[in-house]
Amino acid sequence: MFDAAVIGAGVMGCSTALHLARGGMRVALLDRGAICREASGVNAGTLTMQMTRAALIPYALRAYEMWLRMPEWSDGGTVLAAACPGLSLAFTEAEAAMLEERARLRRAAGAPIELVSGRQARAIEPGLTDRVRLAAHCPVDGFASAYLTGRAFRPALLAAGVALFEKRPVFGIDREAGGFVLRTGSGPLTAHRIVLAGGAWLEPMAAWLGVRLPIRVLVNQLVVTERMPPVLRTVLGVASGLLSLKQYANGTVLIGGGWQGIGDRARGGLAVRAENFAGNIRLAAYALPALRAARVVRAWLGLEAETADALPAIGPIPGVEHAWIIGSVHSGYTSGPYFGKLLAQAILGAEPELPLFPIDRLLAREAA
Amino acid sequence: MTCLTIYDVAVLGGGPAGMAAAAEAARRGARTVLLDENTRPGGQVYRAAPHGFRMPADPDRRAGEALRAELARSGAEVRTEHCVWGLGGGPLVPEGSPPEPFRIDALHAGATVTLAARALILCAGAQERIIPFPGWTLPGVIGLAAATILLKAQGVLPGRRVVVAGAGPLLYALAAKLLAGGAEVAAVADLATRVDWASTLPQLLLRPGLLARGLGWRAELLRRGVPVLGAHTAVRAEGGDVLERVWLAPLYGVRERAIACDALCIGHGLAPATEATRLLRAEHRYDRAAGGWVPVLDSDQRTSVPLLYVAGDGGGVRGAAAAPASGRLAALAALRDLGRLSARAHAIARWRARAERWRAAQAGAAMARLMSPPPSLAAVIPPETVICRCEGVTAAEIEAALADGATDVNQLKHFTRCGMGPCQGRLCGEAAAELVARRLGGREAAGVATGRLPLRPVPVDALLGTFDYADIPVPPPAPI
Repeated sequence: MFDAAVIGAGVMGCSTALHLARGGMRVALLDRGAICREASGVNAGTLTMQMTRAALIPYALRAYEMWLRMPEWSDGGTVLAAACPGLSLAFTEAEAAMLEERARLRRAAGAPIELVSGRQARAIEPGLTDRVRLAAHCPVDGFASAYLTGRAFRPALLAAGVALFEKRPVFGIDREAGGFVLRTGSGPLTAHRIVLAGGAWLEPMAAWLGVRLPIRVLVNQLVVTERMPPVLRTVLGVASGLLSLKQYANGTVLIGGGWQGIGDRARGGLAVRAENFAGNIRLAAYALPALRAARVVRAWLGLEAETADALPAIGPIPGVEHAWIIGSVHSGYTSGPYFGKLLAQAILGAEPELPLFPIDRLLAREAA
Repeated sequence: MTCLTIYDVAVLGGGPAGMAAAAEAARRGARTVLLDENTRPGGQVYRAAPHGFRMPADPDRRAGEALRAELARSGAEVRTEHCVWGLGGGPLVPEGSPPEPFRIDALHAGATVTLAARALILCAGAQERIIPFPGWTLPGVIGLAAATILLKAQGVLPGRRVVVAGAGPLLYALAAKLLAGGAEVAAVADLATRVDWASTLPQLLLRPGLLARGLGWRAELLRRGVPVLGAHTAVRAEGGDVLERVWLAPLYGVRERAIACDALCIGHGLAPATEATRLLRAEHRYDRAAGGWVPVLDSDQRTSVPLLYVAGDGGGVRGAAAAPASGRLAALAALRDLGRLSARAHAIARWRARAERWRAAQAGAAMARLMSPPPSLAAVIPPETVICRCEGVTAAEIEAALADGATDVNQLKHFTRCGMGPCQGRLCGEAAAELVARRLGGREAAGVATGRLPLRPVPVDALLGTFDYADIPVPPPAPI
């Protein structure tokens, strides 16, 4: 019997499993697919404070440090995280007001954000359009190559003794004396504790325990260009949060921002919406005119989870002893490794460094 | 998509399958559009010379002209120089929504053109497969099919002294064309043996004309004293800045020989182009003898997606001769499914096309079988050889990613960037998948790459058009 079974091998599940194992537990980590192949492997790799919810800034700042130093705590595993300044832009008066308000809230939460003029912004990022009215500058920003996440976590997980079961779907959970029995695609697996870490699939997973946790599925679109000469040295966003733009060391430019495509839990991220594909690219090229010279090579989608109040679901599952949940974090990739570490602290019986986000507030409990 | 004209039938790709499909549909009264990225319809085998060029006639050119003439008479709208990069609608709709007409986005004259169609017939053909070997990225090394295109379109020779290597009838067709064009053919290295070729004879006898042409090519090589090496493969290409020599080796032996040359034309068969069917989430299966992953089709060329059809080599390599009949069958099925053809009329119309497809497909299938490279070819790729030339990923890096736990071709891509460049795996995908398959126990286990937009790299400028900031439909702000 395992001390803990973590279901869902995304960034939250991997980090939780790793820290539990390093805390001395015998841990199983299961996924219906391969490690970090859903949102954790296909997101924009944004490590920005300016798209993080104000309440999550303290967490995101700590996670940012973890990403930049990942090889040190992950046995050399790397997502090639790079630090650079970030700029959030306002093109209209209304956006400028929104930017001021949001910068103030994030600054109060600890993010070192300062407002700068359009001209100052262009001194920081020479490729910017001259239409910028106001910009929010944050020196603590950066990005990672999200597609490397699974490869980055894997050796550390194995070295820590985590039993990693990829392509092993879980169909249900039965409670028995002293623990849980997971009904899986290749036989039962027993554990004293369980952690649900299934991203957009947390709602059906919670239902295994008779818990109703409504979770909305966002279908985020992403677009990447061919390699091109350097056109960008910051992470660019806009006041509303609907743009994220960065250029990787290999020259490719990634265009994101959470524009919605077509998809669902059953079919995954299916297709872009034509108007949102064009819209997202127009916004990007408006901010950075040099993008006009690029060629788009791929668009793809990933599923993000959102709770009713758009704040995370991280903590014990009420009414089910030794069952825990982690996920539904806005900009979840940014904060993911730190949230996993925090939850592991709580499961190991310690007081977490920062408070968790218990889900009692979100539940409609049904008779188990 | 509100103010778009909706066609009854859209045909993607103007090769033999596409020309026949569009002609058949239009002739029967369906509002039909054919899109092709070239300047004139024809595809690869029946490639037309560019406007202003005249090329000598041969059987391929005559067959191509006949189909082009039929297409022109049919009333189908032909849109050339339209490079389709986007497909949507059909099954790609939100949960619970009914299927929509297909949406087609094409690049034309530097801008995007969008069309809609109730039924979509994909005639995307095949792409060349090259299993890498040391030196295959040297200038002077060119695909067998690519060299054929150069010769067919404008009579351009790939070099003066050429080695032709790989698999399939194209070896001999190209070698004969090179000789006719004035090049010296230093050697032909064929993966197949005489016994392999002899085994295709029963099927080839159904196509006496083709058989005669093939024997003619062989006779010409013999007459000109070109060494033809059966069961041989190119193991190395060498040179400074450009190709200088090729090393050939027997498949079952050790004696290598170096042949000086300035061009190597090499191809290991054709793989069906399935970008569009994967994008549209049609069901696929792996069929090595048909060239690789193919969409699952019924006997009328229907895919698993309603109103989506595939004809020609894109549904499994069967050759140009079998393509028109499959195109006609797809068009007939589309008209039937759209309610524009009665069951009786459909039954009458299709029997002849089915018979024609069957006869031509026998020889086509035998050739495709001959062209499917043995897995041993991938097994001997030296570690330092580049597999993905867009991203510079070597065989050793792929093996390392597999050792690190990559579980299929999509995970391999994440671990190495193999297939993430501008070609999106069109060049490296087959070789990379063979390496994954060796580790995971087969191509089915290795899986197939997820199909995504765009089907071809598309300039940002062409996506933008002219717009004001206020026109950008920016969604509501994210929560703070």
